[in-house]
Amino acid sequence: MNEGTGPRGIVQRLLAANAVLVFIFLYAPILLLVVFSFNDNNNVSIWTEPSLRWYGEMFQNQDVMGALRNSLIVALLSTVVATVIGTALAISLERYRYRGRGTLDGLAYLPIIIPDVTMAVMLLIFFFQGFDLLQAWFGIRMTSGLHTIILAHIAFCISFVAVVVRARIAQFDSALEDAAADLYATRWQTFRKVTLPLIAPGVAGGALLSLTLSLDDVVVTQFVSGAGSTTLPVYVFGLVRRGVTPLINAVSVVMLVASMILVGISLGFQRGATTRGQRLADPAELEEDILGHPA
Amino acid sequence: MTQAPPRLDEEAPVTPELERAAERAESRRGFLIGLPAYAYLVLFFAIPLVLVFVYSFASRSSTGRTVLEDWNLDSYARLVDPLVLEIFVRSFVLALITTVVCLLVSYPFAYYIATRGPGVRNVLLILVMIPFWSNFLVRTYAWRVILGSDGIASQISQAFGGEELRVLFTPTAILIGLVYGFLPFMVLPLYAAIERLDWRLVEAARDLYADGFTAFRKVTLPLSMPGIVAGSILVFIPSLGAYVTPAILGGANTVLMGDYIVDQFLAARNWPFGSALSFAVMFVMLLATIFYFRAGAKTL
Repeated sequence: MNEGTGPRGIVQRLLAANAVLVFIFLYAPILLLVVFSFNDNNNVSIWTEPSLRWYGEMFQNQDVMGALRNSLIVALLSTVVATVIGTALAISLERYRYRGRGTLDGLAYLPIIIPDVTMAVMLLIFFFQGFDLLQAWFGIRMTSGLHTIILAHIAFCISFVAVVVRARIAQFDSALEDAAADLYATRWQTFRKVTLPLIAPGVAGGALLSLTLSLDDVVVTQFVSGAGSTTLPVYVFGLVRRGVTPLINAVSVVMLVASMILVGISLGFQRGATTRGQRLADPAELEEDILGHPA
Repeated sequence: MTQAPPRLDEEAPVTPELERAAERAESRRGFLIGLPAYAYLVLFFAIPLVLVFVYSFASRSSTGRTVLEDWNLDSYARLVDPLVLEIFVRSFVLALITTVVCLLVSYPFAYYIATRGPGVRNVLLILVMIPFWSNFLVRTYAWRVILGSDGIASQISQAFGGEELRVLFTPTAILIGLVYGFLPFMVLPLYAAIERLDWRLVEAARDLYADGFTAFRKVTLPLSMPGIVAGSILVFIPSLGAYVTPAILGGANTVLMGDYIVDQFLAARNWPFGSALSFAVMFVMLLATIFYFRAGAKTL
């Protein structure tokens, strides 16, 4: 790209100006939120003096802490399950051919396309009707709670994990797996020593996306949660609808910091995994990795 | 690990039967690996979807309970009620405007990022990703604070001699929130499409005396069409079903499809009608997606 004078120069300058404006648009609201969370005032928009008052109140607020605990339990459990099932799904769809594969492929994409309101409605009716049938047929009484939230989150996280992992599997040649098999590696060894290290960045990326989605979700959770099982976003959503308070700012900043940490880990994973991936792409290194150190 | 693998390749001759048996075993293995996901998605996605469809034909008792008998089309008949149509049109138009605004802002932005050097490009991309990964609710809440009657936007406006801003609880506030929330969905596919572009084609156009604008219109734009299509769908669909943004930034008289559906379940307790609404929204989304893919394919 030559950035000289003339019409090209003007276009370049306009593009740069637009980029600066977009970045301001993206970051200004977040920065304002963070700044005003350290404000010692009951009003969210009038600056008085810096203080940690609202953070203190947040940590003493039993409702907030309980909701935070629920959110972490839900996010961790649903991510673990969704990552395992989603990764298996990705491998199955990307590396094998069998009858019913097309149906599964379509079914796996739908939860991504469908809006969360619809997903929420579907699961609300499903649990309601399911519990009704359990009671009628087996006499088992069940109600909504953390378990229904976890089951619902797994349902939409599987698809996202699978998409991310599939993108990664498609990037590398199945010849690497064949090479491992030619070197008398068992299927499990091939998976452990070749496939898994190669797709690890995708799996990590999928897991982090799943954590983020679970920690973000308001609509589905609100529909399938029972009494006393609110997550942090649902609790905050309820507060926001009643009005803005600096306490919400403080909770928001904690949620923002959590997302930043997740992005950081995700970026770190991608970097570390590339070097490992390159190492594996070298046949000599591959042989060494599978068979242990050369004799 | 003590077991030596049998050396099939040396002794056993490969017959077509053996090959077919191996293929069958391979496809069975593939199916078994995918089975947990299959079972989970059928139980927690396909069956719930069918249930919503069934519920949309059910009737409602006077106490608000859904009665699974007296199947009827009343819920669908209510869809053409002027009040419902108004909400539908309003949501559709707002989602459309959101998509267009996102596209107009994101295209030059993605173009700028994609034409930087590799180092700068990666840093800028990460800067786009950070808000994208940040909590959606928190980002929407930030605008509620900014647009409030004594918020920063109003303070700035008054500092310049303007009036107190009355944007919060209007469709404009929802539009700002939707654009802010879904902008990265547009930027990322556009970036991917422009970054992949074969710049030699643009140079070829310039060599054939096309001016900058013509080269852009005839080469760059058509080649980045997959990104435009993907980005537009990714923004349009969640905008049409948006619930959190209108609930926080919209007012009582700017009801959108998302809140209207939620109301049927959590407040009005009319599950059959809510189910019919959900299906109508899904139908419109499907139509929009198909239409868009067709249009995109034609330009290519």
